[in-house]
Amino acid sequence: MTDTAVGGYDNVRAVRVREIVFLTETSEGCRRWISAMPSKLLDIENQFLLQGKYQEWPHEHISLLINIIKGEYHKHTAVLLRFWCISLQIIIYGVIMKMYPHVTLGPIGTVRERLPFAEHAIKIAAIIFGLAVLFDMFRQLTTGELTIALIAGYLWRGLSYGLVIGLAGVGLSLTYDLLDFANFAHGDYITLSAFVGWGVAYLVAGFGQFKTGSLLFLGVGGTVYPQDVGISVTNAPIAILIGLVMAALVGALLAVALDSAVYKSMRGAGNITLLIASVGVAFILRYGAVYLFTQQTFGLTADSWSYKLGLPGGTVTITSASLLLIFVSLLMMLGVHLLLTQTKLGKSMRAMAANQQLARVTGIPSEKIIRRTWLIGGALAGIAGFMIALLQGTINYQIGWTLLLLVFAGVIMGGIGSVYGAIVGGILVGLITRVSLIWIPASFTEATGFAVMILILLTRPAGIFGGDVS
Amino acid sequence: MSDKPLLEVDSLYKSFGGITALDGVSFEVESGTLTGLIGPNGAGKSTTFNTIGGILKADSGTVRFDGEDITGESPDRIARKGLVRTFQMSREFQNMTVIENMMIAPTGQRGESALQSITPGLRENVSDQEEDIFEQAWEMLELFDIDHLALENAGALSGGQRKLLELARALMLDPEMLLLDEPFAGVNPTLEKTLIDRIETLRDKGQTFLLVEHDMDVIMEHCERVIVMHQGDTLLTGTPEEVQSEERVIEAYLGGSVA
Amino acid sequence: MSVQEGPVASRLPDSLVGYWENDLVKIGATLAAVYLLYVVAGLLLGYGLSGQLNSLRRLTFLIVLYSIGALVVNLHWGYSGLFNIGVVGFMAVGVYTTTILTRPVAGQNPTGTLPGLGLPLPIAIAGGVLAAALVGYLAALPSLRLRDDYFAIVTLAFAEIIRITAKASELQEFTIFGTTVGTGGGRGIRTYPNPINQFFEGTGAPIVNAVSGTIDGPLVSGWTFVLALTFVLVCVLWVIVRIVESPFGRVLKGIRDDEEATTALAKNTGSFKIRSFIIGCGILGLLGIIWQGSQGYISPSLFVPQLTFFIWIAVIIGGAGSNTGSIIGSILFVGTIYLGPGYVRRLVEEFVSLSGRATNFPDALGALAGGDISGIILYTLDQTSALRVILTGVLLIWLLKRRPDGLFGNRREMASSIDVESRVRDRQSNDSTAGGEE
Repeated sequence: MTDTAVGGYDNVRAVRVREIVFLTETSEGCRRWISAMPSKLLDIENQFLLQGKYQEWPHEHISLLINIIKGEYHKHTAVLLRFWCISLQIIIYGVIMKMYPHVTLGPIGTVRERLPFAEHAIKIAAIIFGLAVLFDMFRQLTTGELTIALIAGYLWRGLSYGLVIGLAGVGLSLTYDLLDFANFAHGDYITLSAFVGWGVAYLVAGFGQFKTGSLLFLGVGGTVYPQDVGISVTNAPIAILIGLVMAALVGALLAVALDSAVYKSMRGAGNITLLIASVGVAFILRYGAVYLFTQQTFGLTADSWSYKLGLPGGTVTITSASLLLIFVSLLMMLGVHLLLTQTKLGKSMRAMAANQQLARVTGIPSEKIIRRTWLIGGALAGIAGFMIALLQGTINYQIGWTLLLLVFAGVIMGGIGSVYGAIVGGILVGLITRVSLIWIPASFTEATGFAVMILILLTRPAGIFGGDVS
Repeated sequence: MSDKPLLEVDSLYKSFGGITALDGVSFEVESGTLTGLIGPNGAGKSTTFNTIGGILKADSGTVRFDGEDITGESPDRIARKGLVRTFQMSREFQNMTVIENMMIAPTGQRGESALQSITPGLRENVSDQEEDIFEQAWEMLELFDIDHLALENAGALSGGQRKLLELARALMLDPEMLLLDEPFAGVNPTLEKTLIDRIETLRDKGQTFLLVEHDMDVIMEHCERVIVMHQGDTLLTGTPEEVQSEERVIEAYLGGSVA
Repeated sequence: MSVQEGPVASRLPDSLVGYWENDLVKIGATLAAVYLLYVVAGLLLGYGLSGQLNSLRRLTFLIVLYSIGALVVNLHWGYSGLFNIGVVGFMAVGVYTTTILTRPVAGQNPTGTLPGLGLPLPIAIAGGVLAAALVGYLAALPSLRLRDDYFAIVTLAFAEIIRITAKASELQEFTIFGTTVGTGGGRGIRTYPNPINQFFEGTGAPIVNAVSGTIDGPLVSGWTFVLALTFVLVCVLWVIVRIVESPFGRVLKGIRDDEEATTALAKNTGSFKIRSFIIGCGILGLLGIIWQGSQGYISPSLFVPQLTFFIWIAVIIGGAGSNTGSIIGSILFVGTIYLGPGYVRRLVEEFVSLSGRATNFPDALGALAGGDISGIILYTLDQTSALRVILTGVLLIWLLKRRPDGLFGNRREMASSIDVESRVRDRQSNDSTAGGEE
């Protein structure tokens, strides 16, 4: 077996299919290599093997794979094609190396992206724009239009908001990559989990003092008011904690239940069909919330401890809610990171995201992984929902939906399929929407987030961490 | 007929993250010829077609068609210039009928302007042209003996019938040069004979064909020139006799390295 | 006759199948069936002649408007493969532009209302349609580079940006180049008088007087408006059919089927997609103008994704790719899911005596626990708007799983300006009767 290093990825000594999957755990670079495959590759590979020439290759795993692929071939899903064409590429690669051990496989070196001129121009324009923005910020600081306190306030609020978006985005990104469809119901997982979580929090905080039903339903119709129950991070930490856990549980269960009920029988139905189905689910959930809670906006918290930080030009109020939020978010992110890198589940998830067909062939139980991905994504959505309600101090049936497009923006900016990308993208979205207040009127902050998302989709659809290439 | 070759491919390189699919492919095709392109699996034949046809962008190298540099042009522009390709996996429009598949092909249809299709007076002109296109399509279907399938959805056809449709549809564009990617796979031998005769007739009338095929008999009997590819590079070009007797070609097909 | 038998055709007795062939009959029959349903409901509810006419008027009003929306979505998705979920955004652009263009100039506007540019209504309508088409052009540009679900997200983002812009308080009233105009911000804005209402208040008043003995006065202008809208629907259908049954439409179908193969056939697919999108968005602008605009008052909260969702389900019921399907889907959607719950509630209230009230869910549940079901039933019936959406969602999922082609989605509708099918059959029968070998 040749010692030729290919592309600097020393671990790529793919000989057997079974090993190929676990390459993703040994080299992140290999995963990046896989995702850099252009989708146009399909013509080479699918002609090859679907023509029946696979009989010439002495590998029984390949014919098994082909049969799976043939059964699941869906002409409308170019991306599904890409996934199996990538897998075929790996197989051919491996088999070529086995049959022609002395063949050198092309120029050594990392993949250099040859960006067309337009993308260079856009990058330069973006850098110039960024510099202009910074310059103007300093200018405003000197004239007094802007103060350090104001900027710090924006940054703090943007960070809090962005962390919530990032948390919500992890689940969305994972399922987008794993099952290859945009889950438009994700926002409503957030909403419902938040409602249940807060209902339970109210119940715990006001137990015995008010009717159980009123508490669970947040005093809908004016039966209970926030001041009466007096929940806040400092006043009723136990209630908040229990509510948070409840929200996570409900989010997880909801995600799994809906997958079993709706999406499971539609695996491989094509990304648009699944998208439309998820829109259906979204509306059922959202108006289910309206049915239960009406369209009322509920106040949630009573006043809580906050710290007023004095900075040049004013003060920044750091609320206990935002502190809790940041603490919980960081904890969650650490947890997710550990999950992905240390556990078998995490490695399997990464392998599966890189290539579903392949993973199924080699015996990684994919339905189990799908279910667990939903669990994790749903739990994080629930936490995000509970937190945003805590941060805002209010909740209504639209809370998740209004967040959803921004969550999409964060996921796309960060790169679909990348958990870290979802978090970073979310934080970016949060920061952009808040910091842009320096120049843009408050009514348009969300529009700014969307505009940036559209720009990114047009220039670099792969996002920052290069998850998916369209 | 000019003495400049109709299609010139010069040093095409294309790699996909570590795998070199094309490693300096170069060849020429004269106008009015039927040329074969052969090579073992993985030699890069379809990648070459994809690059010539504009679906893939080569890393380096040029493609010239009729003296014009078409490297990196979009596929529809290249097709409009007269260089049309068929796909190995026939890509007929599965949810459209066979006759619609045929009628969509010709270029320069008046009705492709929405305005002309809507406006009452102009729509008549469109319909007139539609009649002509229909006649043309019907003739072609009869020629390929699939006219009885005209109202079937293309997706319901058998593999061989789809290949016929793919070829018939490509011919509707009246191309100057046609890149045929395994057009006879799955086609029964009698029909294959009819088709190759038809292609030869068209060749005699001036159309140029570059044919990828694995059926060596077809290649050796009908092609004037044969280009052999191996591992992304042109191994050699020559007449069928020259190629058949060349040691290197035999070795390439049997496996093992080629010095 | 037709090769594929739809779900309805297979259930009809043979004598009627022939009639069912004609699309107009299909539409008429469905409409008649729904009308009948509503007349019966009206009888049960004790509506008089005016009541029945009004109920049918409202039904027809919504059916016609949803049909126009469904035809556009069908053009975008069913024919061109463009997944547009920002439908309401383009409607908003159309009606807001027309409103701003036609409202009386500052100084001549009634107190408490916003000024505009004072242009005549027909010009303002043209301006609104053009504005919607222009925004459609901008939205279509990303489609050239993005795959369908990313494009869908972009259309949604566009619609939200439009809604945010309409809602922005900074634009509520502003002065530009010396003229003062406004969007009304979150509060909304008065639009323009309905010319048909104006006619019947003026020169047409005698007609109203003549019939006011038998039916309510407002019904005259109400029904006339609905008939005018039906005329608009017919025009839109005319345009769309001509687009779709032509080489242009053929290429669109090819793009939806396999865009890359279409490109390989020398078609500039980007240009086709953009043109199809622009035309559709222009029509959506018109839809907003005649729908929300005709009600006299618009605000950003009218243009919510829920409406896009409803239009989409009408298309899916009817089957993407079929114009007839879009209209029939609209008839069925409006008739059953949209207006249905309201009528069911009224019928229940009329015939079933339920005591007790429940204004919120926990109380209703509490009553249920105590053995009283009327609380929860009343509460549920009250939630018509929520029920509507939930039903739509359930139906959507069921359709996607069981009948993704809807009622007519797998029909063969030839894309050509000539009758290809009959020409082919002629040739084929000639060949078989001619016999012999060639």
